Amino acid sequence: MRKVYITGFGQTRVQEHWGRSARDLATSSILEALERAEVEGADALYVGNALGGELTGQEHIAALIADFAGLTGTEAVRVEAAGGSGGAAVRLGYIAVASGLQNVVIVTGVEKMSDLAGPAVEEALATSADEEYEGVQGLSPVGLSALLMRRYMHEYDCERRDFAPFSVNSHQNAVNNEYAMFRRPITVEAFEKARLVADPISLLDSAPAADGAATVVLCSEQVVGTRKRATVEIVGSASATDSVALHDRGNPLFLHAAHESVQGAYAQAGVAPEQIDLFEPHDAFAILSALSLEACGFASEGQGVRLAMEGEIGLGGSIPICTMGGLKGRGYPVGAAGVYQIVEVCQQLLGEAGANQVDAWVGMTQSLGGTGATAVTHILKGPR
Amino acid sequence: MSLARHWRLQDQRYRLMGTQCEECGARMLGRRYICTRCKSRNLQACNLKGQGAVYSYTVVYDAPSGYEGLVPYPAGLVRLDEGPLVAAQLTDVDIEEVYVGMPVEMVTRRLREYGEDGLIVYGYKFRPKLKDQV
Repeated sequence: MRKVYITGFGQTRVQEHWGRSARDLATSSILEALERAEVEGADALYVGNALGGELTGQEHIAALIADFAGLTGTEAVRVEAAGGSGGAAVRLGYIAVASGLQNVVIVTGVEKMSDLAGPAVEEALATSADEEYEGVQGLSPVGLSALLMRRYMHEYDCERRDFAPFSVNSHQNAVNNEYAMFRRPITVEAFEKARLVADPISLLDSAPAADGAATVVLCSEQVVGTRKRATVEIVGSASATDSVALHDRGNPLFLHAAHESVQGAYAQAGVAPEQIDLFEPHDAFAILSALSLEACGFASEGQGVRLAMEGEIGLGGSIPICTMGGLKGRGYPVGAAGVYQIVEVCQQLLGEAGANQVDAWVGMTQSLGGTGATAVTHILKGPR
Repeated sequence: MSLARHWRLQDQRYRLMGTQCEECGARMLGRRYICTRCKSRNLQACNLKGQGAVYSYTVVYDAPSGYEGLVPYPAGLVRLDEGPLVAAQLTDVDIEEVYVGMPVEMVTRRLREYGEDGLIVYGYKFRPKLKDQV
């Protein structure tokens, strides 16, 4: 297996881009990434996109983006794994380069969400759940995550406000990220008073649906050899699945797929949780951050929330998370989120994170689909 | 909207059909072909009685299309007496009264409609167990 490097990346700001479509957003992130990577084209384009058909009536989006990004003729395919689409696309790009089959690949995550609103978006998001058992009951990811959060509060004796530190941290870190949607801090009091979306989850512990695109360029060692700029290496990559329906899981409060994928990534990278300098979890809802921290070995079961309450997830804590705002603060363009995470860890590892810079050599991302039925984990290592 | 899509699920929607593993005894919700616990393929269909207790619950305020008319509606994960969990709306109950551990039973209710001339989908929901049965 060959080494795989990230030589270029680009991203658009996450927001409601009324004047821009998916192809437009994707193209600008691709051009930015290609310029930085110092390459003109690639052997393939992998596009993470979860809801193009549901939200904009556009399937077959990879060929479309290849065409508009000046890559006509290049192999292009869309990767779909709900909220894990971006991570899954990076994983496929990694496999392509590591295997020796391709030398330069472009991985783009893109989602155009603001053409629809309210119930129509919720209906689209609900397609990530088990339609015959969960969707038909009117349960979308927020309702299902609320069921996890309520059970967590019951089993581990905590309250809704105990989850506030996750959102406070994400918003605080988004303030200094020029690509973030919500560049303003929030207070614990605001968290407590926020409108409920699916009790006990409120507007302030749900990541906002928005538009955005992010791209990374992955290269083999022989291509990297000619470059002068510092690069980031992907030292661990693994993916796993769990039952899509919550009711089919032995213990719904343990994210089995997240655990399996992180164990695979740790083993490949030869690292333990203590050596991870920052972690970008799939914080679509605060409860998912807590469960991810536990599944990844940063906290024991039932202690993920305590870790946040004790301030350990902040930029100066033992395991900084959502360092550029996460899904909550930067915004959540569903199929693009996993690629944004990779871009942000690259910024941190290359010392380009500005006011949010943490002292980091090894960073980790975890992209989840649904309530954790897909989990894709990547471990990246910086140049020093 | 497809009639067949709902018609073929009538056993699980109306009778809460499950699957029992003949090897390890595990019971699962709906039709399964391979045991989720021991991987055996020696499975039999079984009916689940629809009696259980609330394992977790929520109240949905922001609903997907087709369910906006119901908000706010309570839903839960119910631990059935036979073992499996099932996700379902809770009905015939005040939102404030639901608690983890509440005894509940299955009833058949209208789940959603597809427009004025469209299909009406029925299926299971769970209500508090009637007092004389508790």
